Amino acid sequence: MLLLPLAQNGGFFRDRSADTCVADNGVCPKWAIDHFDRYVDPFFEHLQLVVVSVALGFVISFALAVLAHRRRWLVGPVTQITGILYTIPSLAAFFLLLPLTGRGQTTAIIALTAYTLLIFFRNIMAGLDGVPEEARDAGRGMGFTPRQLLWRVELPLALPAILAGLRIAVTTTVGLAALAFYAGAGGLGESLASQKQFKTNVLLAGGLCVVMAVMLDLLVLVAQRLLTPWSRARTV
Amino acid sequence: MLASILSDFGDAIDFIFVSRESRGGAEVGGGQLLELTKTHLELTFTAIAIATLVALPLGAWLGHSRRASFLAITVSNIGRAVPSIGIVFLFFAILGAGFWNITLALVLLAIPPILTNAYVGVREVDPESVDAARGMGMSGWQVARRVELPLALPLIFGGIKISVVNIIATATLGPEGGVVTLGDPIINPSTYGDAGRLGASIVVAALAVVAEVGLSAVQRAITPRGLKLTPAGAPRRVRFPVPKRRVAPQP
Repeated sequence: MLLLPLAQNGGFFRDRSADTCVADNGVCPKWAIDHFDRYVDPFFEHLQLVVVSVALGFVISFALAVLAHRRRWLVGPVTQITGILYTIPSLAAFFLLLPLTGRGQTTAIIALTAYTLLIFFRNIMAGLDGVPEEARDAGRGMGFTPRQLLWRVELPLALPAILAGLRIAVTTTVGLAALAFYAGAGGLGESLASQKQFKTNVLLAGGLCVVMAVMLDLLVLVAQRLLTPWSRARTV
Repeated sequence: MLASILSDFGDAIDFIFVSRESRGGAEVGGGQLLELTKTHLELTFTAIAIATLVALPLGAWLGHSRRASFLAITVSNIGRAVPSIGIVFLFFAILGAGFWNITLALVLLAIPPILTNAYVGVREVDPESVDAARGMGMSGWQVARRVELPLALPLIFGGIKISVVNIIATATLGPEGGVVTLGDPIINPSTYGDAGRLGASIVVAALAVVAEVGLSAVQRAITPRGLKLTPAGAPRRVRFPVPKRRVAPQP
């Protein structure tokens, strides 16, 4: 007898509470589910910014690290220059680049790439420097040329350190790319700023950034497990 | 092309040193930019001071007792991924605009590097030094204060340095929460014009670089002399090479 009107009212109340939830600026799961589609495009825009910047940063710093590995005097200057690029706040970097490259993805990607260089360079150098001298000797004893030594002995042994750098670079870049909308490059930051006083929106867009970072981080971790089976054998 | 770029930067540098009238009729640039810089630094130092008071003792204690390594490392990993602008907007949405609300958001962003570095710094202190101190009859508190903290100082200070540079960058978002920092010309270019935006960007970038270089110098200065003698990676020079005796682990 009592349950029936309550059950009937249940639907009515739930609908109304969803409306008042948005009006009260609460945390509204229903609104989030209903409007999830508007976050899909910014999500992939964001992902594209991250992947392109990290890939470019990796290629550049890999070349620099291999060069500096042969010519040690380069280590100091490269570390200092990439260190300054790393220190410049990304928001300032966007607007410093604006007169040169204009608004858009190019500006954002250049700034984000510059930011990853120090992380990669330091980790690749640390990995190469950490190769045991015995392993190098063994390689030389097998008649490896310096190039073969690099590709067959040093780089495989440096892989764990390089991938650790990749994990740091990826998570950092996901966070920084949230500022890319100031440079006109879109991404989840744009969603964040579009309704910055609405808690559900801020939590959802910010949460998606964290989800993206965790997913990419796990991806690198899995790659590390697959690429360096020997390190897993040691830890088990 | 080059001429227009040079004139953009020239105009921006002019904005930094000489005040001018904005489109709204207010005075911007020059001395007013100095005011913005003052607020910017106030915000940064308040946030860093609070974050250090919270994170340094906690991290050092966790490192000393070798507890909760998972917590100390996870905090820094997640901290990196959380977008700073998300935290600023969230605090704005929950608490509204105001100096202390933004300070609180910045404190939250400043804690992870300080916590992790304090933890790692204290934990990575040479166990033989700690053993020696214990053998001299020092209590846990004495070991922490007279052995672990001095030896961990460079790393602890390094964490504070990372946070200072990060927060100088993030305080730029202050105007999004109602605090008029150096970010104001960057975020509201309609008032300040393009020269104001570029000028403020130059000042923010310079502040960050100066903080990084200056604090690095301080870090080198406070490094205990004993640690400076053995740069990382170099083999330790022992004047009387005594073979290290390894104590067999207890079964």
